[in-house]
Amino acid sequence: MQFDYLLRKVFFAVITLIVVIVFNFFLFRILPGDPVKLLFRNPRLTREAQELIRVQFGLDKPVWLNTERLSAGDIPGALDSQFTAYIHNLLQGELGVSFANRQKVGELLSERVWRTVLLVFSGELMAIVLGVMIGLVAAWRRGTKVDSAALFIGLLTWALPTFFLGIILLILARGILPTGGMVTPGLAEEGSLEYWVDVGRHLILPTLTLAVVSASGYMLIMRSSVVEVLSEAYILTAKAKGLSNTRILFSHALKNAMLPMVTIIALTLGYVVGGAIQVETVFSWPGIGRLIYDSVAKQDYPVLQGAFLLLAISVILANLTADVLYSMIDPRVKVT
Amino acid sequence: MKQFKLFWHKPGGVIGAVMLLVVLFAAIFAPWISPYDPYERVQVEADDILAPPDSEHLLGRDDAGKDVWSQLIHGARVSLLVGFTASFVSMFIGTTVGLIAGYFGGKLDNFLMRIVDFLLVIPDLPLALVIIAVWGRGLWKVILVISLLGWTYTARLVRSQTLSIKERQFILRARAIGANHRRIIINHVLPMVLPLIMAQAVLDISASILAEASLSFLGLGDPTLITWGNMLNFAFERAVSRQAWWFLLPPGFAILWVTLALILIGTSLEEIVNPRIKSHHLFNASRMVSLILPVPPSAEAVKEEP
Amino acid sequence: MLEVRDLSIDYLSNGEPLHAVENVSFKLERGRSLALVGESGCGKTTTMLSLLRLLPAEGRIVSGQILYDGVDLLQLSEREMRRYRWNGIAIVFQGAMNALNPVRKIGDQIAEAVQLHDRLDNREARQRVGELMEMVGIAPERARQYPHQFSGGMRQRAMIAMSLACNPDILIADEPTTALDVMIQAQILDLLQKLQSQLGLSIVLVTHDLGVVAELCDDVLVMYAGKVAEYGDVDTIFNNPAHPYTRRLLEAFPDVDSPTSTLASIPGYPPPLDKLPVGCRFEPRCYRKSELCAAVSPDVLEIKPRHFVACHHAED
Repeated sequence: MQFDYLLRKVFFAVITLIVVIVFNFFLFRILPGDPVKLLFRNPRLTREAQELIRVQFGLDKPVWLNTERLSAGDIPGALDSQFTAYIHNLLQGELGVSFANRQKVGELLSERVWRTVLLVFSGELMAIVLGVMIGLVAAWRRGTKVDSAALFIGLLTWALPTFFLGIILLILARGILPTGGMVTPGLAEEGSLEYWVDVGRHLILPTLTLAVVSASGYMLIMRSSVVEVLSEAYILTAKAKGLSNTRILFSHALKNAMLPMVTIIALTLGYVVGGAIQVETVFSWPGIGRLIYDSVAKQDYPVLQGAFLLLAISVILANLTADVLYSMIDPRVKVT
Repeated sequence: MKQFKLFWHKPGGVIGAVMLLVVLFAAIFAPWISPYDPYERVQVEADDILAPPDSEHLLGRDDAGKDVWSQLIHGARVSLLVGFTASFVSMFIGTTVGLIAGYFGGKLDNFLMRIVDFLLVIPDLPLALVIIAVWGRGLWKVILVISLLGWTYTARLVRSQTLSIKERQFILRARAIGANHRRIIINHVLPMVLPLIMAQAVLDISASILAEASLSFLGLGDPTLITWGNMLNFAFERAVSRQAWWFLLPPGFAILWVTLALILIGTSLEEIVNPRIKSHHLFNASRMVSLILPVPPSAEAVKEEP
Repeated sequence: MLEVRDLSIDYLSNGEPLHAVENVSFKLERGRSLALVGESGCGKTTTMLSLLRLLPAEGRIVSGQILYDGVDLLQLSEREMRRYRWNGIAIVFQGAMNALNPVRKIGDQIAEAVQLHDRLDNREARQRVGELMEMVGIAPERARQYPHQFSGGMRQRAMIAMSLACNPDILIADEPTTALDVMIQAQILDLLQKLQSQLGLSIVLVTHDLGVVAELCDDVLVMYAGKVAEYGDVDTIFNNPAHPYTRRLLEAFPDVDSPTSTLASIPGYPPPLDKLPVGCRFEPRCYRKSELCAAVSPDVLEIKPRHFVACHHAED
């Protein structure tokens, strides 16, 4: 049963991945303006770079299917198209070359990806801890001032655009915490302890921004989940057994209430990524998000294409992981 | 419909409605109530750039020397326009898909829900970013993209509601007398789903406004229009270092104001439509989960039907 | 052993107190079982919950005493009350509900009850769990399973096993056979009977099913709209019901011996709690009513030794 469930999930993830990859290709070739052709004719590129691009992306070949060769009976040759070249490149990790600085997109992405991972990871961790704790307390003290305060703040932050919260924190923390970048230039040697402390200091505000926005959603959901759980019959049974309120909360209510949270966290990963883009922009955190913002401004399409693919694939895989995780912790799925 | 009178007893809803009214007023009467026309070209001197608030300019001036307060008022127009239009389109698509999927079931349902799942997994903002970056900027493009990414939640909601209505007596009776499907859906199922849709629509509008704000902030809004997101984009690039908070903060608070108003209204409406549920389905874990994810069969018996 | 005196319970709804239970009194003696009978909403569940002080937040015990071996449970602090729960009085909820935690193993849940009050170590606890499960007819290996892997009847038996964990004197059973099919019902009833004689349990059975009452119980308390209608031993109640409501209830129950007689039902509905009449609450639906009935609410009177009725026109 668990295997069945997982198989379906994996299958779906694979299909989604395929669709995303194909979509990514078409987005940049079919839509009006054909940016790759634009790329090709970009006067800023040197002749060698242009040749490189032409060969790599097969710009002289047909987009989808080589019908000429097909009608000539040449089946393998029929696949000689831009699309095949794209897949071929993709499998080798070749994502093209940036317009702006002629660096390979693949390199650019792998340089910066860990910074975004660090940010998102810290942010989500903080968000989960905050959200679960406050949600639990609010549900337990339902109807009291604590609950009302939590609800109010929760709704307020839910309505707040992520980037604006970042701006507010930026203004408030001016002078106290670093407000941009990942490190203060020249402060410490890369890799040293001071370096990482410096990174840490720069990480505080962006993480806080990401965390607060996510936490409000988690808090509201956790609260409602706990309230719902507390009205279930087995909680009454636990009370009838003579268990103390704390015991009931932690031994019975918590696990049940947290199960949907796993799913919710997976569901909202897409939003977290969107939030990361905003946060990195506001705080100039040099990750994938900031890269996207800069690339949009510079119309650096290869980078955009590559970054989008990376993000989409990450979210799809993260969702799959969450599904697997869920199947391992909910006994109703695990054993039947 | 009479239920909606209850709305006025809910303090959250009333506050939200008042807040929204303020913004609507500003949006509708913008040309008359704003002291300057923000679309007009102005002659400025160096001192006027990012000038702090004074008696003539309530919120000071922006990086081009224009009055911020007037821009704020005019910004309401586009934000509300985008919010309402995008939401309308996405509700329309979502309701149609949800009704069809829920009513007909089977392979059609499966197929449609796979599409919904697919769209749900792909991160919204990066996708919207990439589409607009390639396609080009413009108001209608933004509206279209936002609505094409936003209909999935409504679809799930409507589908789930349709499923539970489908088996009810009056539907079976209508089928027995030979009413065709289209008629049944439109005359019988839709009216029952409508209140729920309306509550969701309000929240959808807030999501659309936030989406437009984010896109504009990141530089993908319509450059010819004044929107709060665009203002923040300019402000962020030019006003932060100069600490011109009068340009930086008001648009953000305006967005917060509108969004909060809509959320308050939306949650109050939801409480009326579904008084059994004490919190909005958006904030209700098991409902959200059962709406969005296909629940594994063994757990389905235990989860409640929304 | 257990004596309830003049118990009154209110529910707060929008600030207004609703009188869900009024002046209910009864006794439960060692080894005997009592049935709490009535329509849905008559207050039997509320009364039952109040015995262990498990009322929801809106519920208030306004007055009365619940004497367990002389101790008034209503005077205890919450902490002291917890010691009595499960130890002296245990409760079995309907198995159809989510009365067992779906994400914890059955064995763990039973063991929790065992370990809470008796301080056994893990090995002893597991042993005890096995004993309990065997007592109710479930293979001990199934302690490792989860509630959703049990059938409805088995879940009910598991809950009974769990309730016996601390050797209680009194077992409260809340609709133990509702939502179970007839075969399983019989099994559960047999089990309860067996346990009653084996362990000397006193059972409080809350139900609306008179067939179960006839099989299992020694005394019957009939409730209507929050008040006692009639109270006596099972023979008297079934053969010589004095209250018109009791009569009607018995008539409404299908009789195997006369299958052709039409099934009687009682037309009308009990009064809503916010619109309780001044006089007798059953009066609108009663066939023996008079003007007195509408004006004055009848007190509970002992018309014969150990036979109590609240009716102006109680019949013999």
